Amino acid sequence: MEKFKTLTATAIPLDIENVDTDQIIPARFLKATNRDGFGENVFRDWRFQNDGSINTNFVLNQSQYEGPILVAGDNFGCGSSREHAAWALTDYGFKVIVSSFFADIFKGNALNNGLLPIQVSPGFLKELMTTIKTDPKTTITVDLEAQTIGIDGSNHSEPFDIDAYKKTCMINGYDDIDYLLSKKATIEAFEKTLQTY
Amino acid sequence: MGKTLFDKVWDAHVVDTIENGPQILYIDKHLIHEVTSPQAFNELKERNIPVFRPKQIVATADHNTPTGNQHLPIKDELSRKQLEQLSANCEKNNITLYELGHKYNGIVHVMAPELGITQPGMTIVCGDSHTSTHGAFGTIAFGIGTSQVAQVFASQCLLLTKPKSLRVTVNGKLKNGVLSKDVILYIISKIGTNAGTGYFCEYAGDVFENMSMEGRMTVCNMSIEMGARGGMIAPDDTTFEYVKGRKFAPQGESFDKKVAYWKTLPTDADAVFDKEYYFDAEDIEPMLTYGTNPGMGIKISEFIPETSDASFEKALEYMNFKKGETLIGKPINFVFIGSCTNSRIEDFRIAADYIKGKHKADNVTAWLVPGSKQVEAQIIEEGLKTIFDAAGFELRQPGCSACLAMNDDKIPQGEYCVSTSNRNFEGRQGQGARTILASPLMAAATAVEGRIIDITRQLN
Repeated sequence: MEKFKTLTATAIPLDIENVDTDQIIPARFLKATNRDGFGENVFRDWRFQNDGSINTNFVLNQSQYEGPILVAGDNFGCGSSREHAAWALTDYGFKVIVSSFFADIFKGNALNNGLLPIQVSPGFLKELMTTIKTDPKTTITVDLEAQTIGIDGSNHSEPFDIDAYKKTCMINGYDDIDYLLSKKATIEAFEKTLQTY
Repeated sequence: MGKTLFDKVWDAHVVDTIENGPQILYIDKHLIHEVTSPQAFNELKERNIPVFRPKQIVATADHNTPTGNQHLPIKDELSRKQLEQLSANCEKNNITLYELGHKYNGIVHVMAPELGITQPGMTIVCGDSHTSTHGAFGTIAFGIGTSQVAQVFASQCLLLTKPKSLRVTVNGKLKNGVLSKDVILYIISKIGTNAGTGYFCEYAGDVFENMSMEGRMTVCNMSIEMGARGGMIAPDDTTFEYVKGRKFAPQGESFDKKVAYWKTLPTDADAVFDKEYYFDAEDIEPMLTYGTNPGMGIKISEFIPETSDASFEKALEYMNFKKGETLIGKPINFVFIGSCTNSRIEDFRIAADYIKGKHKADNVTAWLVPGSKQVEAQIIEEGLKTIFDAAGFELRQPGCSACLAMNDDKIPQGEYCVSTSNRNFEGRQGQGARTILASPLMAAATAVEGRIIDITRQLN
């Protein structure tokens, strides 16, 4: 997993609530058996019209917006547990997703792939959306160590929460398997005490 | 302070706690399927890590399998490769697989309970968000991502922070024509799609106590649609009766011992929940969704709300519905009865009971997709297939099918489908398809009439 410490970059405003993982990566693209290449089909049915032409109304197709930060509406990542959603977003180039609320499974999947989900207040989210739409060149700074996200050129920033264990994993590029394997003896001892199934 | 059902099962499975961090939770059963497991197997292979407890893993093929001509080679090359990889991975790692055509093959959340793999007091995970289904047995069951599938392969454990507790209580008598599906659609329409995020939900009250196991599974299945990782119902005599005698259930004295333990699991009277909701059964009617998330539901007698909000309006535009209108009378060309929500024998009995002596409307394509080979066999054995055939319904072979349209069972662009599945997201049943979630009874009635009707008028 890639390490993550700080990021200063422009962002893309996806001003839609309840973005579900079926929109992030539709089920018909889940037939691959490896993790690569899902970025090509991220938000497929929003990026393209039914006849295959580009939907110019969708933010990812609007050239004024670019960057590795996606700022999205409330309840991002609801629905299916498909980790392909996190793979698709990272493969497309996103490193941070900002929303006022994340669905549980998506949040965990993102963290397991070095994609940082940052939950901000509804007020700050609104300000981010408005600022980026007004000036798409605005940069946002994320500092994982300090757990802050701020709009550059203003004094507007917010602290954010992250599980201390997950924070260490993100900063160092560790994943859970390494940790669990180090606990094998404890797990084996526990198994002996468990109601057997 | 007393403990909840969830606390009791969770606490019994905590291996260790990281200071200021998550806990290590032991997983009793790990269910896998073809779509979310290949990358996890690859990861283990790349890192040279063996599968730790292969006997606690059960595999099935369900998500992208065809629902016709299952005896023939699969035409879609990518689907075929995914299934071949599942078979190879299971064989190499000594994992039991109920592959396509096997007498126990089926949707993972239908096959495991009917084989007695799912039992009260267990922890069960699967790379599928509807794993919450198994909570109907008083089991902690939840969906996980593929990285977590790899973690469970490697250690039979997960690193998790204990979720908060939520209880939804529904008391009273359900009205005629109101099924378990209506109960859960009603709850989600009232509390919204993210009310349960960060929580594990317990369903309590006499409505759930009086439900069959099939009905309880329908309810728990959709817990994730209100954001809850899982939903549980206290195990009782209905649960024990259902589990008893099933293939992988404990037998004889060992079963009795288990029952004695399972009886200790229900929530203590003095336990406190972080959040509680109460509803009256008599307020529930047959439900329908009108939008693009499962929270956008109304009672059959209600009108689409007049909400002013960009996301709400985007959903209505996609569905081609207007604010303030009723769904009654809307012509419907597709009906789907199936999915891990409603593809058990009880669902097909309900449909057959209504359909008997009637015929589907000419404009309707009606797909019935059983949840498993065992359900399919039972449909035939009970004579339900004869009813469906005579009524012009198409009984297909088991699988996830048009619930997520990974295979060829897709609803065409712009068409409405009254569906017993769990998600009405944009494009879920096919690009541009418009899904209306409903119970098997509402779906059967829609197929017969060719349009949405107020079923309560017909029943009363």
